[in-house]
Amino acid sequence: MTQVVVIDYGMGNLHSVSKALEAVSVSETITVSSDLEVIKKSDKLVFPGVGAIKDCMEAFSVELKETVLEEVKRKPTLAICVGMQMLLESSEENDGVEGLSILDGKVTKIQSSKEIKVPHMGWNQVKFLKEHPLLKNIDDSSFFYFVHSYCCLSSEDALTETIHGERFISSLAKDNIFAVQFHPEKSQTAGLELYKNFLDWSV
Amino acid sequence: MAVAKRIIPCLDVDKGRVVKGVNFLNIRDAGDPVEIAKRYDKEGADEITMLDITASHETRETTYKTVESIASQVFIPLTVGGGVRSIDDIKRLLRSGADKVSINTSAVENPDFVKEAADKFGSQCIVVAVDAKASSQSEDFWEVVTYGGRNRTGMDVLSWTQQVADYGAGEILLTSMDRDGTKEGFDNDLVFQVSNGISLPVIASGGVGNLDHLIDGIKVGGAEAVLAASIFHFSEYTIKEAKEAMRASGIEVRF
Repeated sequence: MTQVVVIDYGMGNLHSVSKALEAVSVSETITVSSDLEVIKKSDKLVFPGVGAIKDCMEAFSVELKETVLEEVKRKPTLAICVGMQMLLESSEENDGVEGLSILDGKVTKIQSSKEIKVPHMGWNQVKFLKEHPLLKNIDDSSFFYFVHSYCCLSSEDALTETIHGERFISSLAKDNIFAVQFHPEKSQTAGLELYKNFLDWSV
Repeated sequence: MAVAKRIIPCLDVDKGRVVKGVNFLNIRDAGDPVEIAKRYDKEGADEITMLDITASHETRETTYKTVESIASQVFIPLTVGGGVRSIDDIKRLLRSGADKVSINTSAVENPDFVKEAADKFGSQCIVVAVDAKASSQSEDFWEVVTYGGRNRTGMDVLSWTQQVADYGAGEILLTSMDRDGTKEGFDNDLVFQVSNGISLPVIASGGVGNLDHLIDGIKVGGAEAVLAASIFHFSEYTIKEAKEAMRASGIEVRF
């Protein structure tokens, strides 16, 4: 039976991610864990993140970070929101934070104005730039739920884009890694479809 | 392509049941919160807000259970408010499955609580609810009120919303206590002034009686989202009808 582990490093609301995965799982087991052995034995990983990136990076113990870096390289992995940002090279948030540099790109602050509210909060359209198994049965330009104040403006690994004032990268994909700025667990039908595709995904 | 304007049905929950009254009086029962949340999700609501209107110690456990049941069945954002007083309250609500927590009276009494909460959990999950009452003396002055409108604070809504924005709030839920429950429409002057003064998203609330009111809140008031309760609870309109009306008037909505 496929073991999916949602990595728990003490940050954010993992309940909604695991509940959404459970809602679409057929035979997969969904576990929320920070146990190194459980993470090593898993078949797939979900790497969530919410809040400030510095707190997220600091919440990692050295051992957990090493294990995650090792495992993320070879298992189907889905990174969400700040989890996605942590896989990039760096972020401007909290006066500059170094990322894990697994994916190409940098994270910068969204420019706000009277019309362009920050946080970028709410439903916005996701335009596909390439095909990917995780986008199967999802219409191009479907709405997904976003909530973030920082974004990635360009990346070699860009898969979809979204506009909020500026055009930014709303998801990235590289080999066994799929990373999204939006929250599939809060994006109703389209989000659940994406989770279903993740469970079906073999790399 | 732009961020869609949101429709947020609001569940006022008292001891595990959805209720809705006029100016907090004449409360009538509108049903089971989980069933209602599921219906709204199916109809295309963009988010759900649940306000625990009693928020006493005795009913708190019921609230956590309700939040948990909604969150395990409804996959859109859920904001929970009412009686949120401490970092522990927020932690408990987020663990139960809330995505955002709305703070009202305790923010007014201790503004640093907003800062502390935003630092700890991130701005994205901290909504500051502001209840506003128009002044009889000045057209451009709205006073912050607390305890469901019973307590006047003397504070100016415009400077208060700027302050909480600086303190790290992620969103403002702005309710006109003059309009709440009246079905006369939002106080759009208020919504416009607040929305214009800060870069945070503003949710307009209080007074929706028909679909034109929702449209005006966005077009006239400049709100990012509109919140309503009774027009949806008693099936006067469905969320889908509301969205169709908004789209027909040129507002970007999600279908």
